[in-house]
Amino acid sequence: MTAAPALMSFEEALERFDPVMGLEVHVELNTVTKMFCGCPTEFGAEPNTQVCPTCLGLPGAMPVVNEKGVESAIRIGLALNCSIAPWCRFARKNYFYPDMPKNFQTSQYDEPIAFDGWTEVEVEGETFRVEIERAHMEEDTGKSLHVGTSGRIHGADYSLVDYNRAGIPLIEIVTKPIVGTGDKAPLVAKAYVAHLRELLLGLGVSDVRMEQGSLRCDVNLSLKPAGEERFGTRTETKNVNSLRSVERAVRYEIGRQSARLADGQSIVQETRHWHEDTGITTSGREKSDAEDYRYFPEPDLVPIAPDEAWVEELRATLPEPPREHRARLQKEWGFSDLEMRDTVGAGALLLVEQTVAAGATPATARKWWLSDMARRANERGVDLADLEVSPADVARVQALVDEGKINDKLARQVFDGVLAGEGTPDEVVAARGLAVVSDEGALSEAVDRAIAANPEVADKIRDGKVAAAGALIGAVMKEMRGQADAARVRELILEKLS
Amino acid sequence: MSDLVRRTASELADALSAGETTSVELTEAYLDRIAAVDGDVHAFLQVDAEGALAQAGASDERRAAGRAAGPLDGVPVAVKDVLTTKGLPTTCGSRILEGWVPPYDATAVTRLREAGLPILGKTNMDEFAMGSSTEHSAYGPTRNPWDLDRIPGGSGGGSAAAVAAFEAPLAIGTDTGGSIRQPGAVTGTVGVKPTYGGVSRYGLVALANSLDQAGPVTRTILDSALLHEVIGGHDPLDSTSIDQPVPPLVEAARRGAAGDMKGLRVGVVKELTGEGYQPGVQTRFDESVQLLVDAGAEVVEVSCPNFVHALAAYYLILPSEASSNLAKFDAMRYGLRVYPEGVEDPNAEEVMRATRDAGFGDEVKRRIILGTYALSSGYYDAYYGQAQKVRTLISRDFAAAFESADVLVSPTAPTTAFKLGEKLDDPVAMYLNDIATIPANLAGVPGLSLPSGLADEDGLPTGFQILAPAMADDRLYLVGAALEAALLDRWGAPLLDKAPALAGEARKEAVR
Repeated sequence: MTAAPALMSFEEALERFDPVMGLEVHVELNTVTKMFCGCPTEFGAEPNTQVCPTCLGLPGAMPVVNEKGVESAIRIGLALNCSIAPWCRFARKNYFYPDMPKNFQTSQYDEPIAFDGWTEVEVEGETFRVEIERAHMEEDTGKSLHVGTSGRIHGADYSLVDYNRAGIPLIEIVTKPIVGTGDKAPLVAKAYVAHLRELLLGLGVSDVRMEQGSLRCDVNLSLKPAGEERFGTRTETKNVNSLRSVERAVRYEIGRQSARLADGQSIVQETRHWHEDTGITTSGREKSDAEDYRYFPEPDLVPIAPDEAWVEELRATLPEPPREHRARLQKEWGFSDLEMRDTVGAGALLLVEQTVAAGATPATARKWWLSDMARRANERGVDLADLEVSPADVARVQALVDEGKINDKLARQVFDGVLAGEGTPDEVVAARGLAVVSDEGALSEAVDRAIAANPEVADKIRDGKVAAAGALIGAVMKEMRGQADAARVRELILEKLS
Repeated sequence: MSDLVRRTASELADALSAGETTSVELTEAYLDRIAAVDGDVHAFLQVDAEGALAQAGASDERRAAGRAAGPLDGVPVAVKDVLTTKGLPTTCGSRILEGWVPPYDATAVTRLREAGLPILGKTNMDEFAMGSSTEHSAYGPTRNPWDLDRIPGGSGGGSAAAVAAFEAPLAIGTDTGGSIRQPGAVTGTVGVKPTYGGVSRYGLVALANSLDQAGPVTRTILDSALLHEVIGGHDPLDSTSIDQPVPPLVEAARRGAAGDMKGLRVGVVKELTGEGYQPGVQTRFDESVQLLVDAGAEVVEVSCPNFVHALAAYYLILPSEASSNLAKFDAMRYGLRVYPEGVEDPNAEEVMRATRDAGFGDEVKRRIILGTYALSSGYYDAYYGQAQKVRTLISRDFAAAFESADVLVSPTAPTTAFKLGEKLDDPVAMYLNDIATIPANLAGVPGLSLPSGLADEDGLPTGFQILAPAMADDRLYLVGAALEAALLDRWGAPLLDKAPALAGEARKEAVR
């Protein structure tokens, strides 16, 4: 094991160098069947149960293009302001790997279905335009599990391969070099991926669950001395699979590369592995620009030639563009600019939207996601969207609060239960006995005891100093172990002392 | 030998329909014939007596119930070992697939089953269909029934020899550069490469996807038409299959047999005759052309100048596609697995390498290397890209030629069957066998070969090739049937009657 490389502080690095990023995002489409055969795509099935001669690459089997996959690809392209190729082909990308059944991946090479687009992301109120090089169709590979200490194919004791994933449709979205982001580079990278996720969800073409691998990001990064035109040598950090990690990986590579450059060392063009736990990248295989995949047009498939009328039909199905969407929501929700920016920045826009759709008010939805949920996600080191609490859960908990069945304190315990896998909010309330005490007799007795124990406070209230009621409410709540409706307690105290 | 096995498939279909024989009786007769002569010929890699008899029994039951599935219901067929057959080993003539039993049927095989044809077994072939002599089979060569010291053509030598030796009335072959037609020519049988996309490739283990096409191998034109109609037509599992009805082939064959070729323009391709063609082959070809003229056809000479580049383009496109297709044979999921010698705990890459080294023959390795090179970055444009341009030029030559001719004709192969081993060490000489058949594959047009007689110098069969525009396969049958009728008239008996009796057959009859 080599020693951890030296890192330059982020601030110093950005003083001396300009980062240049290129982001490659792989999106698994949510089609019912695979890209080239009729096998189901459901996540989490028993290994090797969703396979057939085609996706196993058995001799003689042939691919047939999933039209829904092409449709999704075109819609993604259009949403990213791309041109749609009037005629394009699939190509074979040839290389050997045990989880690739045919030892070539059916992909697209110099004829992507969508190309030359752009999109805009916002970071701390500033808008960055990201140019899209291309979006192309391809198939996923199988999934290898290398058993042994290394966790990689080299040095594994043995390896298991699950081909359920082989042939699931993927869209690879590649940006042009993103320059001029300066110290915002890590945030722009994160915001871009979050933005893509929002866009793809809006299109309804993918589950975009980063933790399940249905959205995966490769981060290309190079540095050039501040002010210089020519790009430096890049590294490609593979499989950065959470928003948080995208930001961290960019930050880490900036620190690592700048330290090397400042020390007079060169950057090796290579793929690097991202380590979620330690937050560092390590060297993978060296990669020359001309890694020879011997691409050639896939002879088992006919060209894709989407006619213009169809493309226009699909354009008409596009949801509102993100910028308009946000403006509309902000107005509907009555959020201030700052509140809106925080919501977007936390990656909570869609969550809040869905929570509102499930019945909560915008303010309560924002409150839960940006405070309590954000804290929990942070503690667990996962993205907000990957927290095992759904917008529907949040809306339901808030409804329980509004109905007076629980209070905010109990609500937090309900979320603890939901996160622990104890079921729906209602199930957790029932199982944990979290409902507030609505037995007026018991509550009334507790209030009497609190008044008796605090005669001076009671006197103040009798004299009209209503604010003093807080102390009595606290005492009652303590006695009821939090399971009382504070508003009702207050009412009772004031009634009794009036 | 039973008289039954010498009858044509169409005659057998009539006999079945008239109740003169049963499918079980027929199938048994062919299985007996295989048992008697295949030791000499080695046309089969796998004989499925049990399966064939079960299908024959089912066919007889259908027929008895008045529910025959079609004209060929009950007539047995042999299938080249490059098409997958559910439950029946499929090796493609390669060690690397030894023991692999496909879990699914090729679409062509499904259609044979649905039409009620009992499958006798799988026929021998050059490994992964790479070759023109069937000597590249990992399981030993097939021998030509006309002379057991000679090659039966390739890659589908097994199917052609099986039909020529009366081991099957019908067979399925595949043709990437001539693998149906050239074996047909050298064994005195009929072979048809349909229009590209005319027969589904699903389940055909790909040699070169953009060139491969399965088709019938038979003893008569009518039999080919009958079989072609069974296996042809659109298949949603093959994106390159043509979504159009198959033209009426049987009808064309019957019409052609009447012999009236008035108004037909026959184009003789200048580049596919003369120099390089064995005199006896050329003589029989010229005579056949004259027979068509006698039947009322008009003969024109056409030039296809780019055909001279066909072989070079073919040997770039084919290996390129093949090198990629054959990558899947890596010992990971099925087929042969060889562990490298002297390596403790070999890793996946080492096992792949050892398996591919042991499992592939020299010709396969040669083409993998050629194809890998041709597709390499920096060479792609000069080789694969250039070859695709030549392909376009060849298609244009065909289009121009079909302006002045309804069909094009040439000798099928430049020579008669050569001796086993004669060209094994000279790949280019071997490749030249397909000089006349390759252009049709590059352009996707259909082609047919039928026997045109025996060469004077060696008494071996010669082949006559007919080519038609894409989706005009019916013209092949129309013209083929007319020529066949004229030749039969001349010979007085089918050409195969002149083939020597096989020793195995003599032995068997002596025992009886």
